[in-house]
Amino acid sequence: MANHSSGVDFRTGLQEWIPKLVLSPSLAAMLVFVYGFIAFTIFLSFTDSKMLPSYDLVGLENYARLWNLSSWWVAVVNLFIFASLYILICTVIGLMLAIFLDQKIRGEGILRPIYLYPMALSFIVTGTAWKWILDPGIGIENSMHLWGWTSFQFNWIKDRDMAIYTVVIAAVWQTSGFVMAMFLAGLRGIDNEILKAAQIDGASNFSLYRRIVIPLLRPAFLSAFVILAHLAVKSYDLIIALTGGGPGRATELPATFMYSYTFTRNSMGIGAASAVIMLMTIAAIMTPYLYAELKEKT
Amino acid sequence: MAMAGQDTAVRTGRITRLFIYGILLVFALFYLMPLFVVIANSLKPLSEITGGNMMALPGVWTIEPWRQAWSVAQIGVEPTGLRPYFLNSILMVVPAVAISTVLGALNGYVLTKWSFRGDRIIFGLLLFSCFIPFQIVLIPMATVLGKIGLAGSIPGLILVHVVYGIGFSTLYFRNYYASFPTELVRAAMIDGAGFFRIFWRIMLPVSGPIIVVTVIWQFTNIWNDFLFGASFGGQTQPMTVALNNLVQSSTGVKEYNVHFAGAILAALPTLIVYIVAGRFFVRGLMAGSVKG
Repeated sequence: MANHSSGVDFRTGLQEWIPKLVLSPSLAAMLVFVYGFIAFTIFLSFTDSKMLPSYDLVGLENYARLWNLSSWWVAVVNLFIFASLYILICTVIGLMLAIFLDQKIRGEGILRPIYLYPMALSFIVTGTAWKWILDPGIGIENSMHLWGWTSFQFNWIKDRDMAIYTVVIAAVWQTSGFVMAMFLAGLRGIDNEILKAAQIDGASNFSLYRRIVIPLLRPAFLSAFVILAHLAVKSYDLIIALTGGGPGRATELPATFMYSYTFTRNSMGIGAASAVIMLMTIAAIMTPYLYAELKEKT
Repeated sequence: MAMAGQDTAVRTGRITRLFIYGILLVFALFYLMPLFVVIANSLKPLSEITGGNMMALPGVWTIEPWRQAWSVAQIGVEPTGLRPYFLNSILMVVPAVAISTVLGALNGYVLTKWSFRGDRIIFGLLLFSCFIPFQIVLIPMATVLGKIGLAGSIPGLILVHVVYGIGFSTLYFRNYYASFPTELVRAAMIDGAGFFRIFWRIMLPVSGPIIVVTVIWQFTNIWNDFLFGASFGGQTQPMTVALNNLVQSSTGVKEYNVHFAGAILAALPTLIVYIVAGRFFVRGLMAGSVKG
């Protein structure tokens, strides 16, 4: 960090304070609106707040009640199913498309933007589109019937046991192109000399990718995992637009649970406790990653 | 940048290539299918959707659903269409993007060229704030917006989006300015140039690309936001919330064609930005995944 000492001699009086003054509004906003608010929500999670914040401490009671609620367990199990499939499928599709696109493909300039455009859309738009596409009455099932495949059935979105998988479909549709872009950037950063040397040694394409290329993509795998995992925990809009948490409560996630307990069921204490657990989950994923990134950049 | 560099040196056979093209094409159809369905069905009369095939082109082409979605459809209790909400989104997005970008540029400049003791901790805290689940701030934010009289207003939403947008905009500018030669800044200091003069004369003229990336990223994120709009919008809801109200409304016949037209209207601004400046959009995405 050479610039740590940059121009110390030249800063005098006001000059020395200007940078700090410029930074201070953002710093103050961050300390209040991010870290202060986090502290306040953590505090509320230990109080008996109902419709409005209350300041009577009740210890860990909200957490105990939260983990005894069957609807919270539904949300946690759903998140687990959704996040694992979402991360896995996005990674597989993203990696495959990136490797294929990297083979001097004609029309790459057309395909790439097609794979990526869903990322520019709001999850509400994605949810609305897929809600009707997956609707058995007017969507794919109906189309298949009209095309003559009358025994075709695809009513997952109305099925309590299968509805969570429709969320996976829509979410994969939206973000897998982005994962493709991350892997493609990684692939384009690999030195071609390494590949040529391995080819001369007679390695098949498959073993070339398995033994050399994919291990070299480790950083891209890590970034993809972290980004997808944190998106999964934060998923809210997509659920609201696609299933509304239903049928019944079949597709509730922690994010929708938090909202409904806090603002419609007047159990702010429990809502705050669930938000704290969401934050801790994301912190557990992000903190080591960000720490390593920051150290690397020094 | 993101997609630069060379294609792989791996050689593939004829059949393998055919297979690869096949798979790439199938996925292109997978990504395009919803767009086709949404556009095609927004141009059909309702009877063609309920009584026909969603995958078919319109038999009778009509822009009536678009008109309905824009200015007639019932959103909540008022038959106003999406128009006023579109306006709300514009009024919210423009100042929020401008303010968060300016602050991000200044912060990035300070953190890289005027570094001081503890600046890395500050940057770390800002960086972490980009990734928090916003549920953790909803309750205090609702309380505070209520107390300062900004609940359910455009200025309230602008405040929220600026506050939670600074992290990313600072991240972008910091990473960009970090590779700008500090020697130039130091030379200007020796010549007696002050903080703002250096920013204005030296940093800003080279900041074009990163300003575009930041503006696009903030615009996309803030336009597409739903959680804050639904929580703090009150009567001045942004487009995403209005679209959801339109689609989820349980009264009357479900006008799918109007819903589809509404979905396009909500998607249009960000889609246009993507088509016009996709390169910068991708750069923002990649930088947002921290690897700058």
